[in-house]
Amino acid sequence: MLTMGVDIGSTASKAVIMEDGKRIIARQLVAVGTGTRGPSEVYKKILEEAGVNRSGIARIVATGYGRLTFAQADRELSEVSCHGKGMRFLCPRVCTVIDIGGQDAKALLLDDRGNLENFIMNDKCAAGTGRFLEAMSRVLDVQVEDMGRLSEKSQNPVSISSTCAVFAESEVISRLSSDEKVEDILAGIHASVAKKVSGLAARVGYRPQVAMSGGVAKNKGIVRAMEQELKCGILVPEDCQMAGAIGAALFAYQDMTRHESAADERAIYRKGEKDDE
Amino acid sequence: MNEQNMNPAAVQPDQAAVPAKPKRPKSKSQLMAGALLDKAYNDTMEAKARGEKIGWATSLFPQEIAETLGLHIVYPENHGAAIAAKKLAAPFLEYAEAHDCNNDLCSYAKIDIAYADIFDCSPASNMAKPDFLLIGNNGCNEITKWFEVIGRKLEIPTFMIDFTYNHMPYVTDSRVQYIKAQIEQVIEALSAFTGTTWDPDRFAEIMRVSTENRNLWEQVADYLELQPSPLSGFDLFNYMGPMVFTRGRRETGDVMRQLIAEIEEHIKNGTSTFPAKEEFRVFWEGIACWPYLSHNLKTLKKYGINVCATAYARAWSLDYTPGDIESLARAYAFTSSNNILLEESVRRRKEWNTKFHIDGTIYHVNRACKVMVCQQQELMRQVSEACGGLPYMSFDGDQADFRNFSEAQFETRIEAFAELMRKHKEERRNG
Repeated sequence: MLTMGVDIGSTASKAVIMEDGKRIIARQLVAVGTGTRGPSEVYKKILEEAGVNRSGIARIVATGYGRLTFAQADRELSEVSCHGKGMRFLCPRVCTVIDIGGQDAKALLLDDRGNLENFIMNDKCAAGTGRFLEAMSRVLDVQVEDMGRLSEKSQNPVSISSTCAVFAESEVISRLSSDEKVEDILAGIHASVAKKVSGLAARVGYRPQVAMSGGVAKNKGIVRAMEQELKCGILVPEDCQMAGAIGAALFAYQDMTRHESAADERAIYRKGEKDDE
Repeated sequence: MNEQNMNPAAVQPDQAAVPAKPKRPKSKSQLMAGALLDKAYNDTMEAKARGEKIGWATSLFPQEIAETLGLHIVYPENHGAAIAAKKLAAPFLEYAEAHDCNNDLCSYAKIDIAYADIFDCSPASNMAKPDFLLIGNNGCNEITKWFEVIGRKLEIPTFMIDFTYNHMPYVTDSRVQYIKAQIEQVIEALSAFTGTTWDPDRFAEIMRVSTENRNLWEQVADYLELQPSPLSGFDLFNYMGPMVFTRGRRETGDVMRQLIAEIEEHIKNGTSTFPAKEEFRVFWEGIACWPYLSHNLKTLKKYGINVCATAYARAWSLDYTPGDIESLARAYAFTSSNNILLEESVRRRKEWNTKFHIDGTIYHVNRACKVMVCQQQELMRQVSEACGGLPYMSFDGDQADFRNFSEAQFETRIEAFAELMRKHKEERRNG
């Protein structure tokens, strides 16, 4: 049975198709999110990659900020639930998930069975999110995907104390004018995000294993800074950016099997009634 | 300025084409509550037109004083909430910020300070220009400065009672004496300024009526104990107008009795004003997010979440002995969560969470109310701990500034919160 999970975020649209809730058979990412061509494009591409059409997919669950506008979905679920589920699939022993997405950051605590035990999300401010990093990359004229690699060269990280994206931008500009090295400023930016997000993890009561999901987890500089803040290792699965979509596909599979087992139960019950007669 | 262009955010282009879903007809008690509030505003306008002196008061100023003196009073906080709920706040907020109000100020204050400049701003211009101001700092300290600004602007006197912060789980006798002395002084000064006479018998009678209304209000709130509840807890927000505004008048009792009759009818029929199956019962912490009241209710309804308790609506439930100024002083000094110590706040919430069979707490991180929010993080932790790991969530919002809220963020949090509560309930069931 094939199920699809679609995660329409604020900065990217992601989709996976899974077989029997066990194996990912297709994954697609389009680098634009809700309100753009992203959702329709990722949907078209994933069907093409898997070589199936809509009728070949048993159920589609959508998640992310754009979930309510994705017409092809059979059900919508919040990204909190989906990220937890997806990360448990990718890292079976994970207890704490830190997700940094385009416009929010969250810390999730999972229980022994992988269910959501508690969660904390950032406030309305963009500090500590992917948007914050995007803004900084523009000021520094560095591609987002190069930020982590570059920051590894840092010898003397500078301190970026502002948590407001606008103020931090001014701070970064003034650091640039004082001839600070780009890699040192980048390391400072990563430390600033890590401090903000690790505060969420501390409040939720994080415990190992800790893993990161979301596009920002691909930035090794952030992961390293987070490890320093939390004083523990952090797992980053290869599919970290797809965690929400994977969780959605797993929920879709769970819905179908529950329906099936409910149908089986009804059939057994009806048979029992007949036997009684 | 017409209603359509007062709030550009009110109508979204993509929503404009969709015919609005017909609203549920209002109950008789809702209509009565609305009419009572309209009358209170109109009476004040008419009193002003007759040349009487009328006042503006903070919402927890002892209304018994003005009522005894036969003075007409309106409440800017209630007015600000109504403006916000009707989605008319935008021009006031913009005006205030363009005229020296910092964006960080309380949104009620911004609306009111703007209103005091632009009185002729129909359809919201139902609050007559004041001749005096009555201040009680028992719910908020910022309001002292906000009213002083208006006092200076309009060149009118302010009459203030300083209620003191309570560092102990009760109001000390010396503080009661301090507040009582101020109340007596305000009575004397206000009588002299307005040319009215103080009648102790009438004062005792107003306190009796207020107590009767308070008891009815408690009875309404206590119906939320029932499982499932015969009413949507959000309804209490809709009936707060009369309790803030006219709790010293007999007509308020009529509204409450009608409401009670309607609730009894629901109990008899096994129905509820909560428009969905009640899956979860929550405590709402903080002021309502007035501009998004219907959105909040709709989202909660989707997950079967009924707000079965709130500290906010109970702040106007004042328990005292009619005729006794000392007990009135004590009650007004100890009613709002904003001037009691954290331990007492936790104790009250623990009691309510048990009484109302609460499954979780929703914390409104209200940008407008710094004092309410400043101890909230610790309150979350301690209440949850005191109640066996009770789930909770928080969302960013504002009591009246619609710009400080994100619908999508609220929905995401509520969905995950429902999941937490479901799990917690299952665990409790399974021991």
